[in-house]
Amino acid sequence: MMRLEPRTDPSNIMIGLTPILAVLATMIFGGLLFVFLGKNPFDAIRMIFWDPLLGEHAFYYRGQILVKAAPLIMIALGLSFGFRAGIWNIGAEGQFIMGAVIGGATGLALYPMDSFIVFPLMILMGSIGGLLWGLIPAYLKIKFNANEILVSLMLVYVAFNFLVGMVTGPLRNPDGFNFPESRSFQDFPSAHNPELWSGTGIHWGVLVTLGIVIMAYIAITRHIFGFNVRLAGQAPRAAKFAGVNPNKMIAICLGLSGALAGMAGLFELTGPAGKLTTTFPVGYGFTAIIVAFLGRLHPIGILFAGLLLAVTYVGGDIIQSQLSLPKASIQVFQGMLLFFLLAVDVLVNFKIRIGKRITK
Amino acid sequence: MTLIRLDNLTKAYPGVIANDDISFEVDKGEIHALLGENGAGKSTLVKMIYGLVQPDFGMMRLEGKGFTPTEPRTARLAGIAMVFQHFSLFEALSVTENIALGMENPPSLIILSDKIRKVSSKYGLSLDPKRLVGDLSVGERQRVEIIRCLLQDPKLLIMDEPTSVLTPQEVETLFLTLRRLRDEGTSILYISHKLEEIKVLCERATILRRGKVIGTCVPKNETAKSMAEMMVGSKLKSPKKSKANFGMPVLEVDELTLKSLDPFGTSLKNVSFNLRSGEVMGVAGVAGNGQDELMFALSGETLTDKNSIKLENEFIGQSNPVQRRLLGLLTAPEERLGHAAAPEMTLAENTLLTGFQRQKLGRRGFLNKSGAIAFAEKIVQKFDVRTPSVRNGAKSLSGGNLQKFVIGREILQSPRVFVVNQPTWGVDAAAAAFIRQALLELAEGGAGVLVISQDLDELMEISDSFMVLSEGKVSKPRPAKGITIEEIGLMMGGTEIA
Repeated sequence: MMRLEPRTDPSNIMIGLTPILAVLATMIFGGLLFVFLGKNPFDAIRMIFWDPLLGEHAFYYRGQILVKAAPLIMIALGLSFGFRAGIWNIGAEGQFIMGAVIGGATGLALYPMDSFIVFPLMILMGSIGGLLWGLIPAYLKIKFNANEILVSLMLVYVAFNFLVGMVTGPLRNPDGFNFPESRSFQDFPSAHNPELWSGTGIHWGVLVTLGIVIMAYIAITRHIFGFNVRLAGQAPRAAKFAGVNPNKMIAICLGLSGALAGMAGLFELTGPAGKLTTTFPVGYGFTAIIVAFLGRLHPIGILFAGLLLAVTYVGGDIIQSQLSLPKASIQVFQGMLLFFLLAVDVLVNFKIRIGKRITK
Repeated sequence: MTLIRLDNLTKAYPGVIANDDISFEVDKGEIHALLGENGAGKSTLVKMIYGLVQPDFGMMRLEGKGFTPTEPRTARLAGIAMVFQHFSLFEALSVTENIALGMENPPSLIILSDKIRKVSSKYGLSLDPKRLVGDLSVGERQRVEIIRCLLQDPKLLIMDEPTSVLTPQEVETLFLTLRRLRDEGTSILYISHKLEEIKVLCERATILRRGKVIGTCVPKNETAKSMAEMMVGSKLKSPKKSKANFGMPVLEVDELTLKSLDPFGTSLKNVSFNLRSGEVMGVAGVAGNGQDELMFALSGETLTDKNSIKLENEFIGQSNPVQRRLLGLLTAPEERLGHAAAPEMTLAENTLLTGFQRQKLGRRGFLNKSGAIAFAEKIVQKFDVRTPSVRNGAKSLSGGNLQKFVIGREILQSPRVFVVNQPTWGVDAAAAAFIRQALLELAEGGAGVLVISQDLDELMEISDSFMVLSEGKVSKPRPAKGITIEEIGLMMGGTEIA
């Protein structure tokens, strides 16, 4: 029999090193995966981690990294509050979609108005769309004690079908030859979220994300809200004693993560994606869960974790095109990252004892 | 004749020697008391006898033969049984099912409930095997644990603080059972801090202090005070109460009725009382009679009818804990770690739990960290909390020290009304005396103090007036002076004497 014994004094250095160890283990086992797929593992790992940052075409890839990191970080920051408080929003992908659809619809309704108010209004409506979608599981949990993990996850599929219904119906581009897609926001300057400096990949969403990293850092370390979030997660009864209303906490955490996911969806739609299509959702909402944990639920950690995951996304595109590996292989690779992070975590906090138990 | 003999038992944990060279023996058919403050090493010692912990050094002999239990099962097979302070029973299962769950090879439930009936009538432990444990009183639950042990025909029965949850009458019944067992040749190792009980029950006592055996005595020949001083290692002074001087009512509870949220909890029924300024009011009663519910209703963790609780001039039944604190009603719940304090947070952070608003440890929602540290340092200094620093985690403190911190955190915020549940539960004698003194001084300063406790001696020592909470109802408060333990026992509803 194998069992786990808690370590009395887990080493602080090891706790800090876990993300790095997890990345190394992912490289090793990911490499093995590529070997089994008949590719040179060193080439593959280099293409994933090196080429996007410092390779020959890195000037192009670096912008792509920011474009992909921004929504991951923004969503993960929202999720991190709930995760710290023990409230599990697994449906950020759905909130991301709803933010894009509601915010996008707001813009499309105003087409072709030429006003500086259009874009901020769309951001606001996108956030509200995500917020309301996040409040559905919150309401059901408060009212009926329904499990927010299941509800939020199932609502992703509802949101996706809502998106499909919209782009094939009311939001379909009237000048678009019946393709299932909306008007392009590139043709609608008041609603467009352009690359601000050519070649950098920086758009409004990237800047807003940076601002939110700072705000989240202040909230979690210096504000009573962050304190209450940590308290509710560590000692729910003590939180109640201190006066934290658990229902309010559920609503705020799910609402906040929904709003940020919705805002990320709107920036993605009006910038990199350009228009609503049935292929608009690419899984940022799910990958952000990995980012949140890889970043230790800490805003600065999430910033780096988001950049790292973005590197693997861009690197994944490179191995797909250059080594003709399937897309699933890079998804397995990303999944490994979370798996190894959790595994290293367990080993830092517990030791394994084998066969010590005497059974007579 | 010696039943079990311990020689030089030693057990060290990182940073502390829990048991240091412990030697003593328990005779056959003897009730032997094990005395000591919290942290003196009693639990570690009995855990070694029961096979939960292995000694680093030293040996044990059971009936002359070497005895090295590696797990509770081997200890049980050798004839050692133990009744823990905290029961491990499933409330939704019947008595028989609970007992069957703890057995290696349980017989059929019908045969087992027959056996339970036989044992229970033989030892005067009346108990119906068919009843759900959730419906049993604490005393009856303890009987389930005792019968579970007796079914194995133990040679040595270890009991850890068995009377802390019983009414005086239930204690009497328990003692009858224990004496009958002793007369049949069973030895009993009896852990308790209730010295009066040890005087009437035990033949010998071994006293531990800081992991070492300080000595053995015959309790009959000692006074409670002399034994307590042996435990602590210094002279004890009892809390001094100055002349009572009551003012206007500060807390008025009127017809408070509240359904418990816990399916096995006790609902409060028409609870009414007035607490005056300067008064220490004791609420006695056996655990599970509505103490938690009363505590939640007063702290604001459960809201009630608006008019059923009045603090000075405000009706606060619908106010949340933060609003109540700002008005001057502070509370300290029973469970220190996880309820009154967050285990993983530092002491400084733990001041924010109740002090953020009232103590102004922040502005516009932003935390004033240096303010929190200063407040924590003040608590540590004024309440003699032993900790290397206020940056240490709450869980690193011993029970007594953390309790002093929790009580100090509330008292230093000058409450108008302070409600505390089990202020000295599991706290060593010196810390308990300190806390009681602090409560008395708080009342002297004009606050109203409501002490919910199961420790009758404590309530007798500090209360001005006294009421009993039983099955969610309170008795009429009466002055504490002149009341006897027997009268209180009857008020507690422990009229059943088997």
